[in-house]
Amino acid sequence: MQFWIIQGLNSLSLGGLLFLLSSGFSLIFGLMRLANLTHGAFFMLGTYFGATALRAYSGLNIWVTALGAGFAVAAIGGLFERLVLTRLKTNPLGQVLVTLGMSFIISDACLVLWGGDSIPVPTPHNLQAPTRVLGFVFPTYRLVLVGCAIGAAIALYFLMERTRLGAMIRAGVDDRQMARAVGIPVSNLFTIVFCLGAGIAGAGGVLGGPILSAYPGLDADMLPLALIVVILGGIGSLLGAFVGSFIIGFIYTFGTALFPELAYIILFLPMIVVIAFRPQGLFGRVGA
Amino acid sequence: MAAEALSLTNVHAFYGDSHILHGVGFSLQAGGVLALLGRNGAGKTTCISTIVGFLKPKEGEIRLFGEPIGGLSPERISRLGIGLVPQGRRIFPSLTVRENLIVAQQRERSTEKPWNVERIYELFPRLRERHAQFAGTLSGGEQQMLAIGRALMGNPRVLLLDEPSEGLAPLIVAEVGRTIKRLKQEGQSIVLVEQNRQLALDVADQAVILNTGRCVFAGNASELLNNDALITQNLGVFHAH
Repeated sequence: MQFWIIQGLNSLSLGGLLFLLSSGFSLIFGLMRLANLTHGAFFMLGTYFGATALRAYSGLNIWVTALGAGFAVAAIGGLFERLVLTRLKTNPLGQVLVTLGMSFIISDACLVLWGGDSIPVPTPHNLQAPTRVLGFVFPTYRLVLVGCAIGAAIALYFLMERTRLGAMIRAGVDDRQMARAVGIPVSNLFTIVFCLGAGIAGAGGVLGGPILSAYPGLDADMLPLALIVVILGGIGSLLGAFVGSFIIGFIYTFGTALFPELAYIILFLPMIVVIAFRPQGLFGRVGA
Repeated sequence: MAAEALSLTNVHAFYGDSHILHGVGFSLQAGGVLALLGRNGAGKTTCISTIVGFLKPKEGEIRLFGEPIGGLSPERISRLGIGLVPQGRRIFPSLTVRENLIVAQQRERSTEKPWNVERIYELFPRLRERHAQFAGTLSGGEQQMLAIGRALMGNPRVLLLDEPSEGLAPLIVAEVGRTIKRLKQEGQSIVLVEQNRQLALDVADQAVILNTGRCVFAGNASELLNNDALITQNLGVFHAH
């Protein structure tokens, strides 16, 4: 019983982390029709930035650090989008190759800057004491992480569905040319979306730090998870990314605990089934 | 009143390699309605696409109240005051009716009586009833009203309507005609592209006929009404009465 409950909580916290990773990926993929394979690297950059800052200044708060790292990664992402990706608007293969190449570059740069050893990110002091619920002991930080993901989901939903900016972005997705003809600066909005997606990944990287640590290869571990979540949930659907994150959180946690040697089969099999039999994903629009 | 709201001078435009507009030139008087007529493929929609910036003119000049706008980006041209009701309506299907209007709101300070969602709903009460509905689920006539409302939300100095009666039932066509007249009364400068000559000449002061990318007539709309030869040659296959 203890095993199931603890693993259940681990699944939830991984799900929350996956949502912070994949919501930005899904936004960028859904709105810009751009499979941003640099996304895992953005997440890893966030983790390294966070690890460095938190270890250098012991008084630093992890939430402020996540915010700062989010802005830093958003700025890097924005530059990348403006300088390179805007030139590849009608070239999906070029986008795949360029974003993959950029991801290798970032990952190598991190290796040069931070070395090959993993760097732990300290859990915030005030969240180190475990929380007791119904006689079970839970790591408090993991519970808070789930709360963060839910908060981010609500904020993103509000931004995209309830604000004029969100409606303008969706108008640009519906009919880019016509959106421009009513005065919507579509390409600037897409840069904002890209920055936002990269920024959430960067902030998520910091918040995931106490669980994952910063290490070379973190990007390559996270990117496939983001892909699976988004394909399972439906491309461009925030609800899909949310539900997909928690489903994958459970599958991955229990899969690796119960059948450690089959982890990748357990992970990728659902993705293949979805692509083959329900290509729009659980919550995606048909043809998306 | 004599000011030129929109003027084209010797405009040449291409789709890829094909030369569509061969030196088109005309001008719309401020507060007037100009009917842009011609057969299918005469270059009417290309002309509109060039004015709004979807196509860059290879040669020639386009001016909005004297300011050159040829070759600018569509969003820039829109912000300077060109409103478009495109052929096929092209409303944003996954946005609600209300969202379709608010995303297009701009230039509120350019006029004393700016358009807002409330005024559009007064103009088209059907849109108020449907305000929370996804625009893609509207009927053709309702989509046309929404497309006109969306263009007005930008408070355009010149409104371009590309075949607003296309594919609509006669009753709705009549309503579109009344709307255009009402906008004209309010002083809106309008370029109206129409296959429905009756509708167009009914409201227009000026008329321009394009034939294979060239202007073959530019003058008062009334001159066209009695000029059967010109009409037969450039517009109708048959001249039906």
